[in-house]
Amino acid sequence: MATHLDISHISIEFPTPKGPFKALDNVSLKIEKGEFVSLIGHSGCGKSTVLNIVAGLYDATEGGILLDGREVKGPGPERAVVFQNHSLLPWLTAYQNVELAVKQVFRKTKTKKEMHDWIMHNLELVHMTHAADKRPDEISGGMKQRVGIARALAMEPSVLLMDEPFGALDALTRAHLQDSLMEIQKDLNNTVIMITHDVDEAVLLSDRIVMMTNGPEATVGEILHVDLERPRERLALANDPRYIDYRTQVLTFLYEKQRKVEPIQAVTKSKKMATSAKVANA
Amino acid sequence: MMIPSVTMALLKDKLSAFSVKGILLPVFGILVFILLWQVGASRVHTSLGEFPGPVVVYEQWNSLVAEHQRERVKEDKFYVRQEERNAERQAQDPSYVATLRDYTGKPTFFDQIFTSLYTVLAGFGLASLIAIPLGILIGLNRSVYSALNPVIQVFKPVSPLAWLPLVTMVVSASYVSDDPMFSKSFLTSMFTVTLCCMWPTLINTAVGVAAVEKDLLNVSKVLRLGWMTHVMKIVIPSAIPLMFTGLRLSLGIAWMVLIAAEMLAQNPGLGKFVWDEFQNGSSNSLGRIMVAVLMIGFIGYLLDRVMLTIQRFVSWDKTQVLR
Repeated sequence: MATHLDISHISIEFPTPKGPFKALDNVSLKIEKGEFVSLIGHSGCGKSTVLNIVAGLYDATEGGILLDGREVKGPGPERAVVFQNHSLLPWLTAYQNVELAVKQVFRKTKTKKEMHDWIMHNLELVHMTHAADKRPDEISGGMKQRVGIARALAMEPSVLLMDEPFGALDALTRAHLQDSLMEIQKDLNNTVIMITHDVDEAVLLSDRIVMMTNGPEATVGEILHVDLERPRERLALANDPRYIDYRTQVLTFLYEKQRKVEPIQAVTKSKKMATSAKVANA
Repeated sequence: MMIPSVTMALLKDKLSAFSVKGILLPVFGILVFILLWQVGASRVHTSLGEFPGPVVVYEQWNSLVAEHQRERVKEDKFYVRQEERNAERQAQDPSYVATLRDYTGKPTFFDQIFTSLYTVLAGFGLASLIAIPLGILIGLNRSVYSALNPVIQVFKPVSPLAWLPLVTMVVSASYVSDDPMFSKSFLTSMFTVTLCCMWPTLINTAVGVAAVEKDLLNVSKVLRLGWMTHVMKIVIPSAIPLMFTGLRLSLGIAWMVLIAAEMLAQNPGLGKFVWDEFQNGSSNSLGRIMVAVLMIGFIGYLLDRVMLTIQRFVSWDKTQVLR
């Protein structure tokens, strides 16, 4: 079987006033259908950049991406993105936010009634039907993120891209949403790439964890297969030796092999570089 | 029993705090102003007598109202007379076709207010019709912005008085019609207002459009929204708060510009009323001008309130503090 999503030797350079800044170097990754892959790494290592390239929001300087054997060019709903800060349109209700996506994707293939049912179905998946008519500023951060997920799922994407989807939430809400996500994943079996900096989240949710080296010129460091049977229970796993072992492996990579040892001055400098790269890109 | 009395007390506190800030303080401010005005006015002597104080202004207001009512009565009588005359002639000669003439009496203060109001609304409306679409275009496209920015920056600070002669000449040269729908003076005032007041709307709309959050733009890209949907669903709603800031500035400028234009061009309206009274130079003139000044300010304030109400109704951002 051909690979579902093939990220092939991608590198990216951002122009800065001090010359080009190479954020990613030769990142390759093959992902099968229905696989849940997490990208983990220290902040500034370019994991979001990988996701943005797959989404088509950035263009790789070298290399390319194949989805079902076809090259990815530009963004599109078949690679739906769940953004870190929900990115709902504040002037639309939860229902209308999902509707905007559904109308765009299924305008030609679904009737009005079918579209309505599909919107409600997706809101139900994330348990948000009760707030369908609320606007984003009327619901909590966790609820906003749920609607963001519903919007992405409603596009019926081949790959679901999640950029630190729960990063801005408190620990309890985050756990809730992780459980919801696993439940949805059990039913839909989507192909997912998720960016995270939370080790527990990565081990709990993923089939594979891709650990990235520190930037600049970040690349894939190690790949860890998580062979824990599903459904996974966070409480039961907490004392499972295999879970603890996976967790330790990721932690070892992050804090021993890829420890950020730069002195404080160098850290601020590299942050500045990262910022300038962002600015140049904006 | 305790709880209701406590809540009552709290409610009372809140109410009194509200009425102190909401009613008492503004009333106090106005009273102090009127007092200072009275004291100050009695010390200023001009060739037309004392500077008008609040009492004189109140008297002149009453006389303007009376004048308006007299004029209306005269107008009604005129039409009644005309009808009677026509009916009489028709009775004598059934083939007679009556010519109906409009009353041509002197416009009163309130007629001038009405003229100024619809002129400013027409000029402001036309300016918005040009500035909003153009602003959206400039905000969306950096090349259009670069091309138009120098032109905008040069025309933005031009005073209405500089435009007026040009507009007057162009209107009289190009608007030639035997049965004109609008009077030339109306068009001159309106175009001058348009030229001067469109800039804040244009610039604020452009800034609002250019400042759409990057995340929302990414959403639009991922959804592959068409250009029209992108503009209607993402760009315009997110630019609305700034757009209204611009519209309110524009309407304020439009009102100020109109009065100046009417004074200079002798076009009907409140500006002409002020100028006529100045030229008239009677002992009542200064008081009447002061009535006009207060009326101009009051109408300007009302216009801004109307825009604010529309903004409250249209804007999605109910958390925004509007004042």
